[in-house]
Amino acid sequence: MTAGISTTTVSGVIPASAAQKYEEKAFGFWIYLMSDAIIFALLFATYVVMLDNTAGGPTGKQLFSIERAAGGTALLLLSSATFGFASVALATSNRLRVLQWLAVTAVLGLGFLFLEFGEFRSMIVEGAGPDRSGFLSAFFALVGTHGLHVSVGIIWIVVMIGQVSIKGLTRPVASRVMRLGLFWHFLDIIWIGIFSIVYLPGVL
Amino acid sequence: MDASGLPVERSTKPYLIGLGLALLLTAIPFALVAANALPRFTTLVIIAVAAILQILVHFRFFLQISFRSTPFENLAALAFAAILIIFMVGGTLWIMFDLHHRMMV
Repeated sequence: MTAGISTTTVSGVIPASAAQKYEEKAFGFWIYLMSDAIIFALLFATYVVMLDNTAGGPTGKQLFSIERAAGGTALLLLSSATFGFASVALATSNRLRVLQWLAVTAVLGLGFLFLEFGEFRSMIVEGAGPDRSGFLSAFFALVGTHGLHVSVGIIWIVVMIGQVSIKGLTRPVASRVMRLGLFWHFLDIIWIGIFSIVYLPGVL
Repeated sequence: MDASGLPVERSTKPYLIGLGLALLLTAIPFALVAANALPRFTTLVIIAVAAILQILVHFRFFLQISFRSTPFENLAALAFAAILIIFMVGGTLWIMFDLHHRMMV
């Protein structure tokens, strides 16, 4: 195990001034997540309002696949758990495990994006792109915004894999991984709303 | 989540419990929709209940929010966001569907 390379472990006594710095960052990031939740909530509201505005175009029942939605859901849920394992490895200062679980999380996230882009691509090829109807504009705005967040999350995971590899499990790096964790778990919660409001009622 | 902003959970147990519960609460609505055995309205209600329960499971076991360790400020921000969401989403749906209804008659 190569965890011993890092000289600073994340546990142990932290000077009060440093502790306050991480507390403030964690709280600030939480405020950002809450404002992001409000953006998503209004995209959900827009989607529900636009549900019947198909302008003679295809409906959700014709477009959505329950198998693909289930696949994406499984990948994202598993990735939330694997990020949790990375957090545990971080708390126990196991650098190799942190890197492994972050990599697994990124791969699961990429699998999710692969399914999502496949869905978007086939819809646009069939002429059911965001320009087809108000319903599809709202669909692409909502699901696309979530996909954009997941893409940013994966880039962030790759950056943190780099920082953990190069800088080790220092306190600044550990606090960044924890904020990334909040972001990643938050995106999975948004996805619960998407499959419960968009896909399941859509195919029902 | 505690105030420190640093990793504190040293056991995978909460994440495994969360994963198990979340899988169950996902499988139920997907299976019901795939089977299409119940009336539409009943299925929609079960989807909504499962979603709310699953969000609570994620809060507790993945984000590790608890009334004991999570700082009051974070809980207050969460409650405030929830109130805003209820007002804004509820208000939007109320106004837009009412308008839609009035335009139709």
